[in-house]
Amino acid sequence: MGEVCLWSSADQLLPARSQMALTLMFHVILASLGVALPALMLIANYKGLRRNDSAALTLARRWSHAAGLTFAVGAVSGTVLSFEMGLLWPGLTGTYGDVFGLPFAIEGIAFFVEAILVAIYIYGWRRLRPWTHFWLGFPIPVVAALGAFSIVAANAWMNTPAGFTVGSDGRPTDVDPMAAIFTKALPYELAHLLLAFYMAAGFLVASVYAVGWLRGRRDRYHRLGFLIPFTVAAVATPIQFAVGDTIARWVASNQPAKFAAMEVVTQSGADQTEIIFGRYHTDTNDVSGGIRIPGLDSFLVGFSRDTYVQGMDNFPRNDLPSNVNIVHWAFDVMVTIASLLVLLVLWFAFAYWRKRTIPGSKLFLWLAASAGALTYVAVEAGWIVTEVGRQPWIVYGIVRTSDAVTRSDGVWVSFAVVTVVYLLLGIGTVTALRAMSRRWRRQDIADETAVYGPRPGPPVAAETDLGTGT
Amino acid sequence: MTAANGVAIVLVIAVTLYAWSGLADYGAGFWDLLAGGRETGRRPRELIDTAVTPVWEANHVWLIFILVVAWTGFGIAFASIMTTLFIPLSLAALGIVLRGASFALRKDAARVNRRHLAGWLFGLGSIITPFLLGAAIGGIAAGRVPVGNAAGNQVTSWSNPVSLTAGLLAVSMGAFLAAVYLVAEAHRRRLADLDAYFRIRAIAAGASGLLLGVAASVALYAGQRQMFDRVVHRSIPLLVIGVLALGTTFLLARRGFLRGLRVVGALGVAALIWAWAVAQQPYLLPFTLTVTDAAGAEPTLKWLLAWAAIALIVVVPILAVLYTLDQRNALGEDPTTSRIDSGHG
Repeated sequence: MGEVCLWSSADQLLPARSQMALTLMFHVILASLGVALPALMLIANYKGLRRNDSAALTLARRWSHAAGLTFAVGAVSGTVLSFEMGLLWPGLTGTYGDVFGLPFAIEGIAFFVEAILVAIYIYGWRRLRPWTHFWLGFPIPVVAALGAFSIVAANAWMNTPAGFTVGSDGRPTDVDPMAAIFTKALPYELAHLLLAFYMAAGFLVASVYAVGWLRGRRDRYHRLGFLIPFTVAAVATPIQFAVGDTIARWVASNQPAKFAAMEVVTQSGADQTEIIFGRYHTDTNDVSGGIRIPGLDSFLVGFSRDTYVQGMDNFPRNDLPSNVNIVHWAFDVMVTIASLLVLLVLWFAFAYWRKRTIPGSKLFLWLAASAGALTYVAVEAGWIVTEVGRQPWIVYGIVRTSDAVTRSDGVWVSFAVVTVVYLLLGIGTVTALRAMSRRWRRQDIADETAVYGPRPGPPVAAETDLGTGT
Repeated sequence: MTAANGVAIVLVIAVTLYAWSGLADYGAGFWDLLAGGRETGRRPRELIDTAVTPVWEANHVWLIFILVVAWTGFGIAFASIMTTLFIPLSLAALGIVLRGASFALRKDAARVNRRHLAGWLFGLGSIITPFLLGAAIGGIAAGRVPVGNAAGNQVTSWSNPVSLTAGLLAVSMGAFLAAVYLVAEAHRRRLADLDAYFRIRAIAAGASGLLLGVAASVALYAGQRQMFDRVVHRSIPLLVIGVLALGTTFLLARRGFLRGLRVVGALGVAALIWAWAVAQQPYLLPFTLTVTDAAGAEPTLKWLLAWAAIALIVVVPILAVLYTLDQRNALGEDPTTSRIDSGHG
C-alpha cells in the first residue's frame, strides 16, 4: 500500500485508509451476524414452538444471547464508523453528504428499530407469552435487511455514482437523492451481500456444532444446531456462486479498471488468459508466476474466447488501484473459497438426500467446522476487492480518495490506538462468547428445557408495585 | 420555515433525546465508577445495571442519528466540526468503544479481576465521552470551528475555558439525570436505602451543574462575548425554565414526590440544550456559517424531514413498548448468565 503516497500529497491518506479498512473489516463480521443470526434464531424458535421441541427452543434462546452480545459490540463499532465518515473523509461527507447521506439516515432508524426489537426479544424470554415473543422478534430479519440495503446503497453509489451533476464550482448540483439510492450497482451488491451474510453466519454457527459433533456430542441439540444454520447457508451458496459470477461480468463492463486489476489483465485484447494468483509488477505491467488457463478469462466475461477485455494498459497509472496484487489475490481467495464451499454443499446435499442426517465422514465434519472461518475470509476478501479495487477513487471517477481525506494531524496516532483497542475488543468478544458456550455446556439441559416456563414472577421487591413507575 | 431550518430543529430534538437517554446512561456509568469498593458499591451497581441493561443500545442510536443527519443535511458544517475537533471526537469515539464494549462484555468475563477492569473502563468511558462531546459543543458555541477541512486550531478549539466548562457541565447533567432516574427506579423497587442514596446524589449533581453553568457563562463572557450576549438576550426564558426545573427537582426529591421527578429533571436538561440552540441560531458555526449556507440540496432535506416524521411514527411506539415492558419487569432475563434475573429484593 506504500506506493499510494507517490501521487498523493495528503500525508494522512495511508493511516486514514488503514484505519477505515480495519474498522470496516471488524464491523462487517458483526454486521453479518446482526443481519443473519436473528433469522437463524427465529427459524429455531418457530420449529421449537410448532413441534414443542425443547432442543430447538434452547438453541433459539442461546443464539439470541450470542446475537445480543455481537449486536452490542456491532452497535459500538458502527458508531465508530459514523464518526469516521467525518473524522477521516470530510471531502466525502462535506461535499457529497447531501447526495449519498439519506440511506444512512434510513439505516439509523432501521438499526434503532432492530436494537429495540432485539432487546425485547432477548430480555423477553420466559417473561412474554411464547407466540407473542416470537412475533415480536419476527420483524428483526426484515428490519436488518433494510439496514443492509441502506448501507449497500451508499456503497453502490460510491461505485456507480448517480443522482447529481458536478457544477462549475466542483460541488454537486441537481441532486436527486432517490436516484442516488437506486444506482446501477445496488441490486448486484445487495444480493451479493445478503447471500454472503447468510452464508457466513450460517456456516459459522454450524461450525460450532460440527466441532461438537466431532467430539462425540451427537444429540438432537447438536444435530439441529448444525442442520438449521448449515441448511440456510447451503441454500445460499450455489445462488451466491451464480450471483458472484454475474457481478464479475458486470464489473468488467461498468468498472473496467477494477476488473482489470481483479483478473490482472495487463494488455487489452481478446483471448485473455485467466491467471490464478501470480504476482503483478507495476513498473513493467506484467505478471509472473500463477496458474494460467488460456482463453478462460475472455470466456468468463463473454462466454467466448473472442471476447475483448480491457487491460490495465488502457488506463493512466494513477487511475488504477494503488495495489493491484491485493485486489487480485483477494479476488482469487474469495473465488477459491466459494468454489470449495460449493463442493462442500454438494457433498452435504447428496449425503442428506440419501441418509437424512449429517454426513458421518470425519473429513466432511472437519471441512464443515472450518467453513465458518473460511466464509469470513471470503467476505473480507470480497470487501477488499470492491474497496481497494475502486481506488484511487472514493467516488468512482469523480472524487479521489486523496482529495477526500482529512487534514487533521495525528491520524497515525488514532490508527495505532484503534488497532490496539480493536484487538482487545476482538479478543474480549471471542472470550465472552467462549465463556458463554462453556457456561451452557456446564448447565444442566433440564434447566434449559423450560425456555418459556414456568414463567417466574417479577423480582420480589417490585412485585407489589407493578406499573407505578411507568 | 425552510427545509434547512426544519432539519436543524430535527437535529436539536435528536440532541435533546440523546441527552435524555444516552447522557443519562453516561451518568449511570459515572455513579457506577463512584460507587466505592466492591462490597459497599454492590447494591447501587446492581440497580444501575438492571436499570441500564435492556435499553442502553437503543439509547445510543440517537448519536448515530445525529451524526448521519448532520452530514446529510449540513455536510460542510459536519466536515468542519469533525476535522477541527478531530482529537476530542476521536477520543469520544474511543470512550464509546470502551464503555459500550466493557458493558456488553463485563458480565461474561469469567475472572473477577477482568470483570473489575471492564467495570472500570465502563466508568472511565462514561466520564470522558460526555466530557469530550460537551467540550466539542463548547468549541462550536465559542466560535472556534471555522469552515474547512481541519481549518481551526486542533488543540485550542476544545481546550479553551468555554469548552472545558461545557464538558464538565455535560458530565454533571448526565450524572444529575441518571441520579434522578435511579431515584425513581429505586423507589419503584421499594429499595428505600438506594432511594435516599441517589436522592442525595441527584441534588449534589444538580447543584454542581448549576455552578458549572455559571462557570460556563463566565467563560463565555470572557471568551466569546457575542455569544454571551445572545444567550442573555434570547435564551433567558429558557434558562429560567431550566433553573426552575432544577429547583423543582430538588423540592420533589426532598419531599418524596416521585411521579413528576423524572419529567421535571428531563425538562431542565432540555431547557439548557434549547437555550444553547436558540442563542446560536441562525448559525451552525458561530459566526461564520449559517444553517441556510450550510444546507445541502433541497430535495435531500425534504426527504430527510419526511424520513424524520416516519421515524417518529415508527420508533416512538416500539420504543414505548420497550420502556413499558421494561418498567413492567417483562424484560427480566439476564442473557449473559442465561438465568432468570433474581431481582434485588
